[in-house]
Amino acid sequence: MTQGKRRMWAGLGLAAVVGAILYLAVGSLENNMVYFLTPAELQARAAEVEGQPVRLGGMVQTGSVDWKPEEPLLRFSVGDGDSAVKVRTTSAPPSMFQEGQGVVVEGRYGSDGVFRADRLMVKHSNEYKPPEDSEMPAEMYESISEKSEKGSGSGSEGSTGPSPGSP
Amino acid sequence: MERETRDRRHRWLGLAALAAVVVGTVWALFVAPPDAAQGEVQRLMYVHVPTAWIGMLSFFVVFVMSILYLVQRDPRWDMIAHSGVEIGVVFTALTLALGSLWAKPTWGIWWTWDPRLTTTAIMLIIYVGYLAVRGFAQDPEKRARWSAVVGIVAFVDVPIVYLSVTWWRTLHQPPSTARSIAPEMLWPLFLNLAAFTLVYLYLMLRRYRLAEAERQLEEETAIGR
Repeated sequence: MTQGKRRMWAGLGLAAVVGAILYLAVGSLENNMVYFLTPAELQARAAEVEGQPVRLGGMVQTGSVDWKPEEPLLRFSVGDGDSAVKVRTTSAPPSMFQEGQGVVVEGRYGSDGVFRADRLMVKHSNEYKPPEDSEMPAEMYESISEKSEKGSGSGSEGSTGPSPGSP
Repeated sequence: MERETRDRRHRWLGLAALAAVVVGTVWALFVAPPDAAQGEVQRLMYVHVPTAWIGMLSFFVVFVMSILYLVQRDPRWDMIAHSGVEIGVVFTALTLALGSLWAKPTWGIWWTWDPRLTTTAIMLIIYVGYLAVRGFAQDPEKRARWSAVVGIVAFVDVPIVYLSVTWWRTLHQPPSTARSIAPEMLWPLFLNLAAFTLVYLYLMLRRYRLAEAERQLEEETAIGR
């Protein structure tokens, strides 16, 4: 390669890199300085963020999860302290999704006070420990359908396996 | 002759690094328990954390070598810095790839633009830019000078990456501490951190050896021209 050509390619490479950095820095980091809003912040800024793409983060409220795999429709509340926001999504819950778990959802906050999420992300802690004797870590791998059957109560518990009493 | 002795010593270090990685991997996969919340997939920690550590360690070495070069103008500092950037880029790319593999089964997604992930991606791109700058300058002295400036400025992002999970809201969890990891998982993690550090040392020595050969070739070509 001639020196001129080499310089040209190096220049192009450099320009591409600088462009990519600027794109990332200005385009995405700016929006990401506040990665998600808490339920209280979302409600306080309801008028401002209504209909805009936004992220909401908090804890899945105990007793709020309602998963209908046949539609599919997942409903739950994301809470933090005293405030909570109702969330609806058509995405299936990831395997670590459960009540009391931290989550971040991406979507839009409607004027009806319901957050319609098109992306559901589970946030986990920085704690790692082995399972207790009674816990089975392999259970994480049960399929979503199995899990949902248990969750919605419409499952067929007890119907699997032979019943010894029947002839 | 001197070079051969050095190569032989490097080979011993390479074998030690390999042995440490094998022991670390066996411990991580077969001896350490699975995680209560995440199950078996949590074992990715034993590679994801070490690759992240090596990336940052490598860029710190580049930072120090870049300063040393600007002060002393010794081409050897530039050669170490160049070697460090290449290795740091490889390990940072690995960190992102392994992190993505870990994110899918736990977070439920491959990628999100949270501050930790975004600043890490920027760090990778900046150091790829360092390598592009090296291709830009033909004159070795000018190249070393420009690279040293980039090597210093680029390091600004490294502590930002580390502290991003503390400063801002993220999906990525904050750094684990010795108290937040059970001892039977902490020891294999330490072992793997040590094993990867040996791998880093071995790769640095070999890459530096290559840099010497490159420099020699460059000088010979310059004389012949």
